[in-house]
Amino acid sequence: MIPLSHYLILSATLFTIGAVGVFLRKNLITILLSVEIMLNAVNLTFVAFGRFAGDLDGQIITFFVMTVAAAEAAVGLALVIGLFRHRESLNPDAFTSLKW
Amino acid sequence: MLALIPLLPFAGFLVNATLGRRLPKSVSGGLASLVMLASFVISVMSVMQIAGRPVEERAIQEVLYTWIASGDLKIDVTFRVDTLSAVMILVITGIGSLIHIYSTAYMHDEVDSEFARYFSYLNLFASFMLVLVLGSNFPLMFVGWEGVGLCSYLLIGFWFKKKSANDAGKKAFIVNRVGDYAFILGMLAIFAKFGTLDFQGVASAVAAMPAETGFGILSLATLLLFIGATGKSAQIPLYTWLPDAMEGPTPVSALIHAATMVTAGVYMIGRNAVLFSHAPETLTIVAVIGALTALMAGTIGLVQNDIKRVLAYSTVSQLGYMFLAMGVGAFGAGIFHLYTHAFFKACLFLGSGAVIHALHGEQDIRNMGGLKKELPITYWTFLIAAIAIAGVFPLSGFFSKDEILFETFVEGHKLLWTIGALTALLTATYMFRLVFLTFHGERRQDAPVAADAHGHASDHSHGHSSDDSHRHATAPSHGHGSSSHLHDAPPAMALALIVLAIGSVAAGWIGIPHAIGGHNELATWLAPSFSAPSVAGEAAEAGAEGEAGAEADHAALELTLMGVSLTLAVAGIAFAYFVWVKRRRIADNMVREFPGLHRLLLNKYYVDELYDATIVQPIKAASTEGLWRWFDVRVIDGAVNGAAAIVDGSAGVLRRLQSGSVRAYAGSLFVGVVVILGYYLWR
Repeated sequence: MIPLSHYLILSATLFTIGAVGVFLRKNLITILLSVEIMLNAVNLTFVAFGRFAGDLDGQIITFFVMTVAAAEAAVGLALVIGLFRHRESLNPDAFTSLKW
Repeated sequence: MLALIPLLPFAGFLVNATLGRRLPKSVSGGLASLVMLASFVISVMSVMQIAGRPVEERAIQEVLYTWIASGDLKIDVTFRVDTLSAVMILVITGIGSLIHIYSTAYMHDEVDSEFARYFSYLNLFASFMLVLVLGSNFPLMFVGWEGVGLCSYLLIGFWFKKKSANDAGKKAFIVNRVGDYAFILGMLAIFAKFGTLDFQGVASAVAAMPAETGFGILSLATLLLFIGATGKSAQIPLYTWLPDAMEGPTPVSALIHAATMVTAGVYMIGRNAVLFSHAPETLTIVAVIGALTALMAGTIGLVQNDIKRVLAYSTVSQLGYMFLAMGVGAFGAGIFHLYTHAFFKACLFLGSGAVIHALHGEQDIRNMGGLKKELPITYWTFLIAAIAIAGVFPLSGFFSKDEILFETFVEGHKLLWTIGALTALLTATYMFRLVFLTFHGERRQDAPVAADAHGHASDHSHGHSSDDSHRHATAPSHGHGSSSHLHDAPPAMALALIVLAIGSVAAGWIGIPHAIGGHNELATWLAPSFSAPSVAGEAAEAGAEGEAGAEADHAALELTLMGVSLTLAVAGIAFAYFVWVKRRRIADNMVREFPGLHRLLLNKYYVDELYDATIVQPIKAASTEGLWRWFDVRVIDGAVNGAAAIVDGSAGVLRRLQSGSVRAYAGSLFVGVVVILGYYLWR
């Protein structure tokens, strides 16, 4: 059987890829996708812990996360479309007017 | 029933203050006079009631309700008529009624709403003044004391569109505040010492103590009370407001600034006679201040040119006499002079009002003269009152002034007696200067106004809307001596003048001294009020007997002194006649020969200037530089602006964190989470 550490390493790798994507990519849609990757990395951790603990809690919380992620994606995309209409750009650096 | 005495005028005030502007003059003025008359009738009934009782029971007390009850302090709203307040309520309501009636004619040129406002103030004043004299404890007296101060302010500034009237009102109010502050401190000292503020309670507590020898708590308390009295009764050093108070309508000067309110200080000392007589140090101060004020005001009165100001200084001077009497322990004599003074001074003021009324606002006596023929009623009543104030036998002023001088002499204050006698001479002189310049000789025009130390506009001109034009139009006709258009006092004014003139003659007859065959009923009547309640009856009898014995010893002395003061009065009148009627040149020559002295007197010893330089200007400078420019601008505004500056500065640093870059926010969020998690994992 594949040990728990393998799941966790994969999950950490995915989370890091997602985080780096959020910080470095210059496209809002890609950033949203990176956030989804991070969410799924966390989901994988939950499921893995649940499997090794022998109960269903990990899977239940994963369903919650997926539900919230779906809603978040819908709202996020709507915001991105709104922002694009406003500035004709998807570069997050174009949206810095909310500062002092 | 006692409560009705002040409540009736108060009701009149309420009606005139609320509905007055809708009422015609006859209704508002009539109502105001009617409530005063009703109050007078009730006062007479109350006095009759106590007069019918044996000496030791001559007081009615009426507790209305408990006003303040806190620990040891219990203050009732209690009205009390005893022999002293009986005299006062009769003077206030009696003379007050006459002045109300007089005012209905004098103020008739005002528009309806102003007319009603005037009468509402006048009624309110009467109401407070009655509370002052009827209140049976210090706080209730103080309510009246402050209330009359307020009404004085309102009535001095009645013509509030005129700046000088407004200033005079404020001056009166502020100068009185100084005295009132001392009065409150005096009340506190008395409460601290005796634990009660009731006049009767204080008197019986004091009576059980020996008289104070040094300067102790009693002297301190009475001195503070006396400072309060100097403010209200215009004595040195707080007298300066009274001459300026002449900016008010003339009947107001008669009622408030001559007959009633300014005597409140004298009444207060009389009310606390037992307390004051246990503080000889204070009594000496009272007597000296009184004598000095009498002399100083008398000398100023000698050179003033405004008819009302001469009378104002005369009032200050006569009040000085009353305080002199109080100070030498002759409380009865002081109240006697208060009572006779109310008649002749009210008569003089109302007479001057009639002159001003007839001359359409002229107040400068250099522009008068020769009014004797055209204003006969005014002339004769004014003359009678002037003879009374000068102290000629057998008019009222003679008896009261003589009693004061006699008592002063007998108590051993020879120097004060000399000052008093000198003032009597001055009184006769300046009063008859006024009479001769106003009513005798030829009518004069266009006096050099520039020489006037205070170019005050006439008070009455406000009453006449068409005044100036009228005066200019008729001015040439005066030059030809045909001033037949002058009107003597209308009936309402004439009535008041005549009644007061009769009073000026006869009021003194209830205090004819034993030396010339009288019984001095007033002194006997008042005696119970000046001794402690428990021994009041015995003291009255003992006092009367003792006085009778003393009178016999002193009869010869008293007759001599009477002769002296009568001589002085006649000499003063004769001197005035000689200088201002026979040899007008002498007066001018004296002015030319002593220009310094004349200027000093004309400018009232520069006391106003002195106060301005030593008190008003420093306070103004301290307020401007210290309170405004430093404390308000630097400290208060500085604290507010400083708080804003601190927030602004720190925000200037912090706001650099808000770059607007989403990724920078996400980065700081990420770092934060890592740091927090790391802390919990590796701690």
